[in-house]
Amino acid sequence: MKKPWKEFTKGIIRENPIFVLVLGMCPTLAVTTSAENGLGMGAAATVVLLGSNIVIALLRKVIPDKIRIPAYITIIAGFVTVIQLLLKAYLPDLDKALGIFIPLIVVNCIILARAEMFASKNNVGYSILDALGMGVGFTLALLLIGSIREILGSGTIFGMDVSFGVIPQATLFILPAGGFLILGLLMALYNKLTKGKSQVVDCATCPVPCHTVSKEVS
Amino acid sequence: MRQILFVILGTILVENFVLTKFLGICPFLGVSKKMDSALGMSGAVVFVMTFASAVTWVVNEYVLVKFGLEYLQTIAFILVIASLVQFVELILKRFIKPLYNSLGIYLPLITTNCAVLGVALLNIQNSFSFGMAVLYGFSAGLSFMFALILFSGIREKLETCNVAKSFKGLPIALVTAAFIALSFMGFQGMFAF
Repeated sequence: MKKPWKEFTKGIIRENPIFVLVLGMCPTLAVTTSAENGLGMGAAATVVLLGSNIVIALLRKVIPDKIRIPAYITIIAGFVTVIQLLLKAYLPDLDKALGIFIPLIVVNCIILARAEMFASKNNVGYSILDALGMGVGFTLALLLIGSIREILGSGTIFGMDVSFGVIPQATLFILPAGGFLILGLLMALYNKLTKGKSQVVDCATCPVPCHTVSKEVS
Repeated sequence: MRQILFVILGTILVENFVLTKFLGICPFLGVSKKMDSALGMSGAVVFVMTFASAVTWVVNEYVLVKFGLEYLQTIAFILVIASLVQFVELILKRFIKPLYNSLGIYLPLITTNCAVLGVALLNIQNSFSFGMAVLYGFSAGLSFMFALILFSGIREKLETCNVAKSFKGLPIALVTAAFIALSFMGFQGMFAF
């Protein structure tokens, strides 16, 4: 009973995809201008991650090793297309707010990284837990960044006014520069709180080449 | 001529892919520790982005739109880009050995660089013509190069700085990126195209 629980919780704190694994930075910075967008992006990515992890875990003995990356990408792209169409149909506002970053979930490093590092080596049950844990960790991080930026930048949270007319709004925080700044400060805070126990993986590049290429680069 | 210059400058300074559009952040943070690798990576990106813009535009116009398959855009584009990267790698390996030696190891990294898929999608979204799409792809690559080189120059200096322990590594790099992005805001609205 202990192991399944561990597989689920590791994605939330110990191996948080954003603060520890440093994966999927583009949507993290781009869509977190409000708490709602952050939550929407996190949910969309979680659904794709769950779908791709299940399928890849089921097919892990069928897919030949040599073409596994293209195969993974195709599976992921399939799920992304499904999400894209569903969002367009049922949540057009969110679709418009997230824009190009919905199709870009395909190249979100987290999803490919979990396929390569976890789903291709574990059974379906663990892969589902892994996907849920990573998805929740990603969503919570996006929600946190989105909330901070929305409160500081527009004085609201989920569209509700929390500035009470006294706190000035610093538009800077919903602009790109604010995104970098908040993420940097949060990451430093995270290091401070975990006392550097969580080893920040410095291979911030995407997972595919991490095993083969990064050694040569560094 | 004026138009071309405006597109290039506009993409590099005003709508920088990394600093204002947040595309390609992973390699921006990952390969910016050394100037050499930054140069190699961004060279490969310029190359692939220009080609990818051209090929995806053709695929979209003559395959997807023609047969009413626009909903397959995401799948089609990522597969085109992945095979294009493989193809470029093969060609370089076979015919232009020196270029392969300096760019080769960065090529596999590019498939998952969201700036490449991003530029392909933006070309279609903005309904650019073929020539404009190629030009936009090329200048998007240049904007990535510009940001990466600028950033790696600063990061090389950061290595020798005495930074607070919890800020070491990525956090301070992100804060630095924030200030670069802030300074790029000064270009806002300069070159509209």
